[in-house]
Amino acid sequence: MDLLLNEQLEELKKRFDNLEKGTKDQISVVVFSGDLDKLLAAMIIATGAAAYDMKVKMFFTFWGTAALRDPRKSVKGKDFMGTMFGWMLPRGSGKVKLSKMNMCGMGTAMIKGIMKKNNVASLDELIKIAGEMGVEIALCEMSMNLMGFKREEMIDYPHMTVCGVATFLSDAAESKVQLFI
Amino acid sequence: MNTDELTTLTSNKIVDARGTACPGPLLAAKKAIGEINSGEIMEIYSSDEGTKNDIPRWCQKMSHEFLGIVEEPSYSRLFLRKA
Repeated sequence: MDLLLNEQLEELKKRFDNLEKGTKDQISVVVFSGDLDKLLAAMIIATGAAAYDMKVKMFFTFWGTAALRDPRKSVKGKDFMGTMFGWMLPRGSGKVKLSKMNMCGMGTAMIKGIMKKNNVASLDELIKIAGEMGVEIALCEMSMNLMGFKREEMIDYPHMTVCGVATFLSDAAESKVQLFI
Repeated sequence: MNTDELTTLTSNKIVDARGTACPGPLLAAKKAIGEINSGEIMEIYSSDEGTKNDIPRWCQKMSHEFLGIVEEPSYSRLFLRKA
């Protein structure tokens, strides 16, 4: 009888340990979009979560990666397609546009003006704050390859790595909150 | 605490986040809370309406004690005691 109880207790302990390890006070955000408005939303949520002492993991993929390019950096040795993509895609957070009402850049310029007037932090400032608060950014290697981006042309960000889908999945599985933006 | 009690408090730290929009006041509060000791009082000035909901929720999460709000003509003063 005692033996059976002990066994059950061990089993329960194991399950409890798994539960405790299961989810952390962590948020995973996939940043797929390369639009100014969506990037702003992603960065505001990320910095807000950091203020909540949550561990924040951002995964930049597809169009999102272009927002992390550093306009002052240029890399040599790209192939033809890479050069074309590099030329067509926005060079960093200062060049991304609104998803709606862009109107040849007029809408984006207007919203930036209004944001300044209302003291809303710019995308660039938010990325800098995120870096100071320890928000981790992972770049999707596959997207970088597709678009011909090289690690060397990305911004100097204190917590930046290049990874694949497995890293995202394992982090997301441990997170209480997962977002796709 | 009510307004009269709050106004008699002496804050160990005042964070002036007036004029900034979300998430400005929250980030300012997060930054400043590291500069005071446990049990000390911090006061946040904010002209952002949403802050009045955000800071109490943040305090709950971080286990700081939210003491209350004093309304001034063009901004609010939010008081909290660090956990």
